[in-house]
Amino acid sequence: MRDARANLRRPLGLRLWLSGGWLTLLVIGAVFAPLIAPQDPLAQDLFAGRLPPFWADGAQPGYWLGTDSLGRDVLSRMLYAARLALIVAIVAGTLTCLIGASLGLIAGFYRGWPDMIISRFIDIWMAFPPVLFAILLIAVLGTGLTSIIIAIVVIDWTRFARVVRAEAMSQSAMDYVASAQVSGRTQFSTMLTEILPNVAPTILILLTLEMGIAVIVEAILSFVNLSISTDSPTWGGMIAEGRTSVHQAWWVLVFPLIALFLTVLSFSQFGEGLKDRFDPVLR
Amino acid sequence: MSAYLSIRNLSVSLRGGTRILRNVSLEVSASQVHGLVGESGAGKSMIGKAVLGTLPRGLNITGGQIWLDGVDLMTLPPKQLRAKIGATAALIPQDPMTALNPSKRIGPQITRRLVDILGWTNARADARALALLGEVQIPDPARVMRSYPHELSGGMRQRVLIASAFAAEPKLIIADEPTTALDVMVQKQILKLIAQMQAMHGTALLFVTHDLGVVSKVCDTLSVLYAGKVVEEANMRRFFMRPIHPYSRALLAATPSYKDPTGSLTPVPDAVIAQVERDIAQHDTRNSA
Amino acid sequence: MIYRIRDLRLSFPDMVNKSLFGPAPRTPVLRGLSFDVPRGEVMGIVGGSGSGKSTLGRAMLRLIEPTSGSIEFDGVDITHATEATLRPLRPQFQMIFQDPMSSLNPRRNVGAIIAGPLRLQGLEGIAAHVDEALDMVGLTRLFAHRYPHELSGGQRQRVGIARAIALRPKFILADEIVSGLDVSSQAQVLNLLEDLVRDLGLTLVFISHDLSVIRRLCTRILVLHNGEIVEEAETAKLFDAPQAAYTRSLLDAIPLPDPDQFWA
Repeated sequence: MRDARANLRRPLGLRLWLSGGWLTLLVIGAVFAPLIAPQDPLAQDLFAGRLPPFWADGAQPGYWLGTDSLGRDVLSRMLYAARLALIVAIVAGTLTCLIGASLGLIAGFYRGWPDMIISRFIDIWMAFPPVLFAILLIAVLGTGLTSIIIAIVVIDWTRFARVVRAEAMSQSAMDYVASAQVSGRTQFSTMLTEILPNVAPTILILLTLEMGIAVIVEAILSFVNLSISTDSPTWGGMIAEGRTSVHQAWWVLVFPLIALFLTVLSFSQFGEGLKDRFDPVLR
Repeated sequence: MSAYLSIRNLSVSLRGGTRILRNVSLEVSASQVHGLVGESGAGKSMIGKAVLGTLPRGLNITGGQIWLDGVDLMTLPPKQLRAKIGATAALIPQDPMTALNPSKRIGPQITRRLVDILGWTNARADARALALLGEVQIPDPARVMRSYPHELSGGMRQRVLIASAFAAEPKLIIADEPTTALDVMVQKQILKLIAQMQAMHGTALLFVTHDLGVVSKVCDTLSVLYAGKVVEEANMRRFFMRPIHPYSRALLAATPSYKDPTGSLTPVPDAVIAQVERDIAQHDTRNSA
Repeated sequence: MIYRIRDLRLSFPDMVNKSLFGPAPRTPVLRGLSFDVPRGEVMGIVGGSGSGKSTLGRAMLRLIEPTSGSIEFDGVDITHATEATLRPLRPQFQMIFQDPMSSLNPRRNVGAIIAGPLRLQGLEGIAAHVDEALDMVGLTRLFAHRYPHELSGGQRQRVGIARAIALRPKFILADEIVSGLDVSSQAQVLNLLEDLVRDLGLTLVFISHDLSVIRRLCTRILVLHNGEIVEEAETAKLFDAPQAAYTRSLLDAIPLPDPDQFWA
């Protein structure tokens, strides 16, 4: 007998297009910043201070989104800041994912001693307040890109480990895992071929979420001036600067804020969209 | 005698147009047990869900009427509809494991509906719950009231669910494959219990099952469903003695019986399926809007 | 004898009643089972929930380790064998699982699922073997590209069977494989199993709670209750003249599709 339940439709890939679109724009902007940026992001020109965006009165050509109090072009600074944001997102996100997901997978699948050790480790680790921990780390390691990445990985790997462990545990109870054992597959091979594909959609979503978080953490750190040591522009730094002159030059605060918001949102939606599109179970 | 539940030409479809129920009509009177029989995917659970207002999202009633206690449910506004259903109908679900909230004790799970929807006092609801747990032959009802679901066996949980269904003295109970998850000896006890309770309370019972053996022990009348369409409706004895529709005969032939030394293992023949599918195609053409 | 089982005992640690220090009290599930499975036999194991039949099945396949007693498969003592020792033997004794939803990896297609065990043995021409397995269970080759959620319960169960026979085992354990299926699919799967036993010369142990389903397929039946064997008999004898009280109550409890059945 035909079964009508398979006929339920799925929503369009709209969110995949929109989020993917923004992220692509971001990547292009970041990679080609030296070519696209209209001005030198570090160049100060006090005669061009606090110019409004191009559609407002008093705008000057070449400064599309206006300038800050020191005459630096907002758009150019944003493009260069995007480079930092993306590097942090990709490197920190991926490292956190690799470490956290691997430990979670091992703990959830093998159980026994590995699980006991890893779980205790996670519990103790999570007892530290994260932001404080980050600041402490930076104080010890010094500021700089590597420090930020290490700080993010060190704090957030537990997020992956916990969730992946739980998923791996529930997958391990499935009969297709027993079937793999009956077929003569080794434990390690079973973990990779049976468990991992079923945990992968969750890992993917966490990964993109983590990338968004990495961007925010970096923004927070640069907001409080604990981020990179040079005066390369960062979105967080721009927001901090823009805060002080928000009444006279709102664009210095608003545009980086929007970019930050859109980037974080796009990362998480991109992950969800990918999962919807490519996971065979939902097809 | 007017039926307590009267379903007339009920049609349900998915949002995309796929038909789930095709012009289903049936009636159940007080003290009557009417069986809904068919293979999985035939739509038997959907009928119960349509009556109770619990159709899954994406499924809509596209035609027909559901009369409960003399009222056409389609004409009621949502709030009154829920009140009417809550007061007059109840469900005995299939899976005793998932139907109970694992983090709440048994007592409140039975009395909540009585207190919230029907406005009973706590004292009255508690007394009623205790009495019912006794009726379903649970030893030490007071202790069970204080227990959590995981402390009870599958059979006990199903008894709790049965007690819960009868608690508000509903006029109609829908039993959706209530013994499918139970082993055969527990099933016998539960089926007998349901029959007893139903006779005692005079409830109309719509019994959904795929097991023809169970039908012959519990039902007075039955409807056979295929792909959402009723292919045969009969009095229980007549059905087993003289099934009319080829699909009904095929279902009977496919039902194994240990009394048969050759062990009947005949799947439903393709020719029969083809014939039913043709009937359905005809029905769909005649009824396309 | 393909299986020789002697005084098999298995208990699980009861983690719920475990005190803070010290080992958990053990709940016995199998309490000293002894029986043989002759080559070529189709044996049924019947019991209610809690009888230990599934645990017995898993112990026979060495998915769990017995607490004591012995299990001999094809002359080899596998009771406490390590996974490494068992691995080369595994192709010879296979299992078909109860729940077709959880026994097939939802993220692999049918072809990959059936090929899995074949790949592990390092065979050549895997695609041909997969096609052959699909043919034997009555599914067309197109099914190789489908995913489990696109199949009906009966079709999924057939994929499970295809996976089990792909390695041409000597022995197959079928654990409640038709319990969730409707009568028509049930009949198809059971007929298929009967054909395969005959064509491939398999020895089959069929675990079920449903005696009606077992009657046609099995030559010999074991009735389990509370971890013990209460009766062992040839099929016809069990149904015509059940000896144990438990067997009789099991038979009496079955609702036959017959309005005149005495079912008090």
